[in-house]
Amino acid sequence: MALVKHDARGLSFRELNEKLHRLVAEGVDTIDLVNVNGQRYIGTGLARQVRLNIYGTPGSDLGAFMDGPEIYVHGSGQDAIGNTMNSGTIIINGDAGNVLGLSMRGGKIFVRGNVGYRVGIHIKAYGENLPKIIVGGVAGDFFGEYMAGGRMILLGLDRAPGQPVVGDFVGTGMHGGTIYIRGEVEEHQLGKEVGLMELTAEDEDILAEDLAEFASIYNLSLEEIMKGPFVKLVPLSHRPYGQLYVY
Amino acid sequence: MISFIPSDFKVLVQEETCIKCRRCVRECSFEALSFDQRVLADHSRCVACHRCVAICPTGAITVVKNPLAFRENANWNEELIKNVYRQARVGGKLLTGTGNDKPYPIYWDHLLIDAAQVTNPSIDPLREPMELRTYLGSKPARLDFYYDGTGGFKLTTVLEPQIKLETPIIFAGMSYGAVSLNVHKALAEAARRAGTLMNSGEGGLHDSLYPYGENIVVQVASGRFGINRAYLERAAAVEIKIGQGAKPGIGGHLPGEKVTEEISRTRMIPQGTDALSPAPHHDIYSIEDLRQLIYAIKEAVRYQKPVGVKISAVHNVAAIASGVVRAGADFITIDGFRGGTGATPTIIRDHVGIPIELALAAVDDRLRQEGIRHQASLIASGSIRSSADVLKAIALGADAVAIGTAALIALGCQMCQKCYTGRCAWGITTQRPDLVDRVDPEEGAERLYNLLRAWSLEIKEILGALGLNSIESLRGSRERLRAVGLTDTEMAILGVKPAGR
Repeated sequence: MALVKHDARGLSFRELNEKLHRLVAEGVDTIDLVNVNGQRYIGTGLARQVRLNIYGTPGSDLGAFMDGPEIYVHGSGQDAIGNTMNSGTIIINGDAGNVLGLSMRGGKIFVRGNVGYRVGIHIKAYGENLPKIIVGGVAGDFFGEYMAGGRMILLGLDRAPGQPVVGDFVGTGMHGGTIYIRGEVEEHQLGKEVGLMELTAEDEDILAEDLAEFASIYNLSLEEIMKGPFVKLVPLSHRPYGQLYVY
Repeated sequence: MISFIPSDFKVLVQEETCIKCRRCVRECSFEALSFDQRVLADHSRCVACHRCVAICPTGAITVVKNPLAFRENANWNEELIKNVYRQARVGGKLLTGTGNDKPYPIYWDHLLIDAAQVTNPSIDPLREPMELRTYLGSKPARLDFYYDGTGGFKLTTVLEPQIKLETPIIFAGMSYGAVSLNVHKALAEAARRAGTLMNSGEGGLHDSLYPYGENIVVQVASGRFGINRAYLERAAAVEIKIGQGAKPGIGGHLPGEKVTEEISRTRMIPQGTDALSPAPHHDIYSIEDLRQLIYAIKEAVRYQKPVGVKISAVHNVAAIASGVVRAGADFITIDGFRGGTGATPTIIRDHVGIPIELALAAVDDRLRQEGIRHQASLIASGSIRSSADVLKAIALGADAVAIGTAALIALGCQMCQKCYTGRCAWGITTQRPDLVDRVDPEEGAERLYNLLRAWSLEIKEILGALGLNSIESLRGSRERLRAVGLTDTEMAILGVKPAGR
């Protein structure tokens, strides 16, 4: 079934999601959610490959535990977007809040603007599942904290002069996965479990592929973005806390 | 420098009776025994797990405490001295397994149960119906009925999801990773047979356990291991794990060597990496945030299952529990400081948290005072050692209890406290295939079922003596308990009178 418009004005999150789940169960493929204003849990637990176009500002836990849908937010998002999500895509046109992608295990999250603290905390990869987070703007402290797998790319586009691309404690506790940051990252901004690396040709290929998707979503120049310069952050150990105990 | 730490135990092998079959050498997973013309013991490696003693066909082996005593000292005891030696050598945190072994007061042992005499009749559970059935989940504040005018009534109150238990004892959360898959299978099968629940712990759910979903509570902990939609959908209930009695306020590290292929698949993390559970959930820094996660899960399961929260018993537990209920939890598991663990720093296990008895009484009181006790079921855990402890917990206000250590003892655990080494000689807290085989899931399920049956029979016996025919009637009935050897303050917290009054 084609497009259905769902007006969220004045609805509680429970009413909104009840109707949303009903529409998805009925087989609707594309749903335009209009007048969304802070309702939480939109797309949470949805497990079919539907497309949700959200107009407004969805509340926290957008797409939590989600498995498959594509969510396009024409606006900004709040906290815990894509919390523990399994697969699917979330695209945010504006900014997003804290703990975006917490513990996500697969799928992709794209944010055009800036993000808050502890973004990508504890994302992890397994087998075919490789979660990806790409942020166009800047990020707060603890970017990629406890990261256990997957890929995070931070671009720092449209920064004011002197504005840092990322906060402090980047990759604290990181023990898997890769972070790419476009811009300057000082040693003192890093968590003590990560190392700063030069990009290899393989990294360039990965970036070119991932960023082509990002650039096409937001209609940006891939060439401009790829000019970089990029740095790569990887964990120094897969067992950062192995040496703390007496057996 | 000479470095000398006297061994804790000595393995004595009787030359005359030993038939040199070497089974003990093969069975000792701690590599304390070897063979060179006769069985030789490296006493320093012995943990007193008694596997060799149990396996020896001629009874030739004895394990004794090492009589080499330090000079008697009530302040600097042997354990403290040895710990300093060990830490001075390695410079790390001491690790341990199982529950707190220090001689703190055990309040269960200061509570005595009433019985009916003359003025109210006792009941014989062998000949009269005795009800242990228990429902976990949020209960309504009132019930509304529709009367159709012709004698027919219909309940019009919409009930929140409930879980039916045939006995008020469930298995506590123990992860696949901390324990072996065979242990998980035994727990699941026993729970199914007994009409109760096992709890996946925080390490995901192996797909071979999916058919047991109706008898499984799955955990959502800070590491979010193995959590996907199928995991939430299969389960009877979902429990957000905030804390564990043996290690309140801290996270956990499943060491990379325990992350085998099967565990990596179940937890959905790469093989060989440490599985890190952060200390807090990083999306929960407040009661409001907890509410957000509770409702994220309720949304994900479409309000079809109870969502609970497990917390450790800590100083301010009553106020915290009140917040947890107001956040929308359908049940709260409170884990006392004597609760077990697969691995935790000893210093935390032995010194952090409060006893379950006091915590339970304080929480039940607080929720009653605030008029919200019905909104969530209370599950007490953190050292329930017998059916008497179960009854006392229920009389103090618990809806049900969870047993972890007792269940593992039923499977053969000898309480050697070496779970964290991954070498468990009884095949319980290990992932080594040769050791895992030592627990047979079928036989294990039988033993666990037997334990639940035995305790349930004893509970019925005591209920009969109390003149009650239903566990419901005892719930929160502290009048049926009396204290011996407690202070006025302790009795006030527990809400019990002294024996004789």
